[in-house]
Amino acid sequence: MTLLRNILIRLLTTAITLFGVAVIVFVVIRVVPGNPIAMMLPPGATDADIERLQAQYGFDKSIFEQFVIWLGGVMQGDFGTSISLRQPVADLVLGRLPATLELSIFALVIAVLIGGALALLGTLYRDTKGEAAVDVSAGMALSVPDFLWGLVLILLFGVLWPVFHISGRISPSLNIDFTTNFYMFESLIRLRFDVWADLVAHMFMPALALAIPLAAIIAQLLKQSLKETMHLDYVTLARTKGYGENHVITREALPNAILPTLTLVGVQFTFLIGGTVIIERLFSYEGLGNMAIDAVINRDLPLIQGIVILFALLFTLVNLVVDMLYVVLNPKLRHA
Amino acid sequence: MRDARGEVKRPIGLRLWLSGGWLALLVLAALCAPLIAPNDPLMQDLFLGRMPPFWMDGAEPGFWLGTDSLGRDVLSRILYGARLALIVALVAGTLTCLVGATLGLIAGYYRGWPDRIISRFVDIWMAFPPVLFAILLIAVLGPGLMSIIIAIVVIDWTRFARVIRAEAMTQGAMDYVASAQVAGRTRFGTMLTEILPNVLPTIVALLTLEMGVAVIVEAILSFVNLSISTDSPTWGGMIAEGRTSVHQAWWVLVFPLITLFLTVLSFSQLGEGLKDRFDPVLR
Amino acid sequence: MSGYLSIRNLTVRLKGGAMILRDVSLTVRAGQVHGLVGESGAGKSMIGKAVLGTLPRALEVVSGQIILDGTDLQTLDPKERRRRIGASAALIPQDPLTALNPSKRIGPQITRRLVDILGWPKIAAEARALELLEEVHIPDPARVMRSYPHELSGGMRQRILIASAFAAEPKLIIADEPTTALDVTVQKQILRLISEMQSRHDTALLFVTHDLGVVSKVCDTLSVLYAGKVVEEANMHRFFMRPIHPYSAALLAATPTYTDPTGSLTPVPQTVIDGVEREVAEHDMRAAP
Repeated sequence: MTLLRNILIRLLTTAITLFGVAVIVFVVIRVVPGNPIAMMLPPGATDADIERLQAQYGFDKSIFEQFVIWLGGVMQGDFGTSISLRQPVADLVLGRLPATLELSIFALVIAVLIGGALALLGTLYRDTKGEAAVDVSAGMALSVPDFLWGLVLILLFGVLWPVFHISGRISPSLNIDFTTNFYMFESLIRLRFDVWADLVAHMFMPALALAIPLAAIIAQLLKQSLKETMHLDYVTLARTKGYGENHVITREALPNAILPTLTLVGVQFTFLIGGTVIIERLFSYEGLGNMAIDAVINRDLPLIQGIVILFALLFTLVNLVVDMLYVVLNPKLRHA
Repeated sequence: MRDARGEVKRPIGLRLWLSGGWLALLVLAALCAPLIAPNDPLMQDLFLGRMPPFWMDGAEPGFWLGTDSLGRDVLSRILYGARLALIVALVAGTLTCLVGATLGLIAGYYRGWPDRIISRFVDIWMAFPPVLFAILLIAVLGPGLMSIIIAIVVIDWTRFARVIRAEAMTQGAMDYVASAQVAGRTRFGTMLTEILPNVLPTIVALLTLEMGVAVIVEAILSFVNLSISTDSPTWGGMIAEGRTSVHQAWWVLVFPLITLFLTVLSFSQLGEGLKDRFDPVLR
Repeated sequence: MSGYLSIRNLTVRLKGGAMILRDVSLTVRAGQVHGLVGESGAGKSMIGKAVLGTLPRALEVVSGQIILDGTDLQTLDPKERRRRIGASAALIPQDPLTALNPSKRIGPQITRRLVDILGWPKIAAEARALELLEEVHIPDPARVMRSYPHELSGGMRQRILIASAFAAEPKLIIADEPTTALDVTVQKQILRLISEMQSRHDTALLFVTHDLGVVSKVCDTLSVLYAGKVVEEANMHRFFMRPIHPYSAALLAATPTYTDPTGSLTPVPQTVIDGVEREVAEHDMRAAP
């Protein structure tokens, strides 16, 4: 019963949050001085033309009426039509979503690998210079945001030692027709490893830039959690059974140390997704974030609304998944 | 205060000195920019476009760190850019701190409906991608220094509100607060005399961190060409330009990037150092 | 005097600091129970940890030998040492609540080492675990094997840890205050169980405790430890009849007996404590270069 209650409360707060996001975006972008319709018309357009278009997009009504109409559409999956690109917002946004998802997940994988490895090394060499080195590098990595790491990476691996591509998602010379927008996933399924390698060469730097701060957080939290676990009796007991240090850390301590880290990594992952906005711009990567910045610059109100709502939805979804993972990984909750 | 913390203390001291030193240098450079800048940061000369820095062949005397594609002096632009960066850091950082910490204190200490309202807003704010939110606000407010400052305050108050709320809640549950109230102090008075002094170290540390964040936000906004008007030099604007010509003239990107990197690192390390030094509660 | 485990002049200290164990020597004979008694902080747990190779990183063995079944463990390389300990010795830990890994089921926690370290087939290891759980009087062992630690009571968990300790038929078991963390009623059962298992499997047992009453019930011989120094080693009968060292005598007098529960408690007299402190100080003077 309490489980059902918790789920209901959870859904309700999520709905309130999404509604709040929608209201704020709606109000904020409509107090913009300057007429979004006037910008899309050729210079010779008459007032009548403008009025006709404004009516078409609903801008002649009050903000409240516009919101109700928009909300009604959203309930039926209709997010309106983009002013600058003249296509349904839902199609545009869903078309770009896979690119951003692939980038974020790739970054998450890199962050978990680097951060996890650093945490394990730091635990293995605890109370030595090795651990101090992990602490210092994690502290540095955390102090500087993804945007700056992106620029540093462009200089290092795009200019000084050009091994990766610094812009785009895929080389235009590659001739492949994708049926989905999940390029990485699809190229793997179709066994086009050449295409996959090209995608990785494009995605690696933006993903690494996003991953560096998160990797640092994972390294710090997981290492602390591991070190606390290493003092517990069951770890000592495992040692007396003849297991070596590596086994003790990875098999006995790690499964228990992951849980406290997981929740915080979930929140941090939403920050990472938020970071894709500027990183995609920096690396000219054709994802949602890049499209969002263009939408703002073009005053494309319906598109801005759609993208922001999608981001908010993504964030709440990530939090939900993390909570579920927590239950799955925690035997105390799983069996209760 | 903490066990086995003794050995870690010294590198923190070094970090504090290094980052404090860099920031002091930066303040000095910003104040004296008109005196020490070798050239007019806005002066264009297409014949002097993309001159390399002084140690390379073909460098133009007087243009120590080279010139950009329009022939503007990189060093002078960095020095003048420091003024804007520091103003944003100081003003936006302080205002964000005031707004966020106040709301956090109220939410954490008074609890009840003020807490519910403030926390709900924090939740909504956390569902926005911050960079997108900032760009949106600048698009609405129009470019300019004021807009940037307002945007930073509007976006980042939650950082203070979240942490200070949690701190105030912990402090509020302690016995000394209860005894202050029993002694007849008002709730508001107790908040100011008992809670505030105890969360102040955290506020100071966060403020320092926030200044670094403000510098970055300004740079990002300049990067997407939404900051101040195009002719006042900003680090972000220089980086945006350097990014497009990185293969022809790397120095246009590298020098402002190094400056920005060190500045953000210094603010952050200073904040972390202060946190470690003043606050035994936060790890 | 030789035995299955012989500790010879073992000295352990905090790296670059205080002495933890001073010239400790003791012997545990095959199939016998040796009590190791001392106040908290006397260093008794550290002896067990030194034998098992689980001393905290801040401690180091300065000198001495730990001879297990004729081999000095200190001369072995860490890997071989671990293997040998794993195959011939086991630990019954103090706190059953933290000694089982909360993220693993009970079954694998007993069987894994048999499979991993000793190379048993999995089925044999599982059969063995079931048999052991029955031996320690756990009802419905098959269900317990599938449980997680948090689903079981403290007494149950201690029974499981005892079963697990005997799983590989070790020749030596070190029990580190195995009843301290338990309720008084459970304590007696666990104590009886350890005794029963020890005599059935004919294992040498080093029983670390602060409780002379417990020692009198289960041990054949004992050592009394004070401030990291063995002040008396004796067999039980002789010790309770006629303790030699003044500290032992005082400790014995301070122990409430089950035969005379109304007898008042006598603290260890300060003069006795001063005496032992002096002995310890003299020892340190001799040891200093």
